[in-house]
Amino acid sequence: MRYHTPTSFADAAVIAAAATGTLRFLAGGTDVLVQMRAGVVQPDDLIDLKHIPGVDEIEQTPDGGWKIGIAVPGIVLGAHDALVRDWPGVVEGMNLVGSTQVQGRATLAGNLCNGSPAADSVPGLIAAGATVTVTGPNGSREVPVEQVPAGPGRTNLAKGEVVSRITLPPRGKNGGDCYLRFIPRTEMDIAVVGCAVSLRLDGDRIVEARVALGAVAPTVILSDAAAKAIIGTTLDDAALAALTKAAQAEAKPISDKRGTKEFRIEVAGVLARRAAKIAYDRAKGLTK
Amino acid sequence: MSKIHVSTIVNGDPVEFLANPRETLLDALRNQLDLTGTKEGCGTGDCGACSVVVDGTLVCSCLMLAAEANGKKVETIEGMAGEELHPLQRKFIEHAALQCGYCTPGILVAAKALLERNPDPTDTEVRYWLAGNLCRCTGYDKIIRAVQDAAAEMRGAA
Repeated sequence: MRYHTPTSFADAAVIAAAATGTLRFLAGGTDVLVQMRAGVVQPDDLIDLKHIPGVDEIEQTPDGGWKIGIAVPGIVLGAHDALVRDWPGVVEGMNLVGSTQVQGRATLAGNLCNGSPAADSVPGLIAAGATVTVTGPNGSREVPVEQVPAGPGRTNLAKGEVVSRITLPPRGKNGGDCYLRFIPRTEMDIAVVGCAVSLRLDGDRIVEARVALGAVAPTVILSDAAAKAIIGTTLDDAALAALTKAAQAEAKPISDKRGTKEFRIEVAGVLARRAAKIAYDRAKGLTK
Repeated sequence: MSKIHVSTIVNGDPVEFLANPRETLLDALRNQLDLTGTKEGCGTGDCGACSVVVDGTLVCSCLMLAAEANGKKVETIEGMAGEELHPLQRKFIEHAALQCGYCTPGILVAAKALLERNPDPTDTEVRYWLAGNLCRCTGYDKIIRAVQDAAAEMRGAA
């Protein structure tokens, strides 16, 4: 295995494009090293991205959005008060990944590119309307997060392409988001179902909403129907019922050892309802 | 396969070694530097027996390549006691917060990292912080009590 330490994403993309065997990018390594040890993946080339300047930085953009480096670990996101104030749902999703030790290394970019449908940070990013910068041998492009996963363990990135930055839009006024997941214990588990809701209010009325569901399809999904169920409402009982129904209709899970199809569909509705309520209260400034 | 020259500081001492590109920090600590206090439990980041602190951050050394430690400061269990045992070590003995002891180095390293961030944690905070450190002997209760007793002593409240 060749261990590369490029100092720019352009160089990383060149190395990746030229690689003929198995290639992996290394950010936090909490998935890649496990796969290497298990023998599932034996990279010929491993590109450590942490020598690239800026990858460990969180920066606010002039318009009030956030640029997050691809090697920023969960523990740093969780300790960033201003980011948590703007996007609590994004950060709480990432902070649910693994243990304290894993939080010391695991990254948003890695969680996204690992391609798990149950990735806890991905629904929050999608609900937030986050984008990633994808850098390849011929330059960079901006891609909505929901377009990155292609299926379990697969992304839509082309050969030689690498996620070089994550961008969260400006939170703006009267906005709130939330991520909830169901696991049969309290910590250290993989989501049976996850749901993130981000919304904006005008007075008591929801004027914008995005709802993302995790672990109920081959990829994390953005549900327009679930969002439409609550836009224009005050999140009254009728809206919550419509949201529940829409989220359940959108869920296309499989049955596996963590939960049956029927259970996951039921829970998708429950979590959508609860996450929407929390996001709503956060948008109102009632809770953090 | 060409080896990678790694220059690092382990428990305050400058250390240099040659790493296989696939070699984990855990393997380098144990097999190259003879620091066998750091244990391998699962090797996949689930059990925390291999916990070390790298540049101030608690990590699993099995989930980090030795090559990634180049230029970084690594703290292991061997660096915990000075002339005397660290209060956490002493309280683990007093409370019998261990049986087989295999998980203990990782738990001590993790608990020390917690108390440096939060000198007065609640039991719940201790339990969540240590959720990635598995112990199959004690049932955890004595571990939590030992950590809290050490925390109290370190605050000067004991």
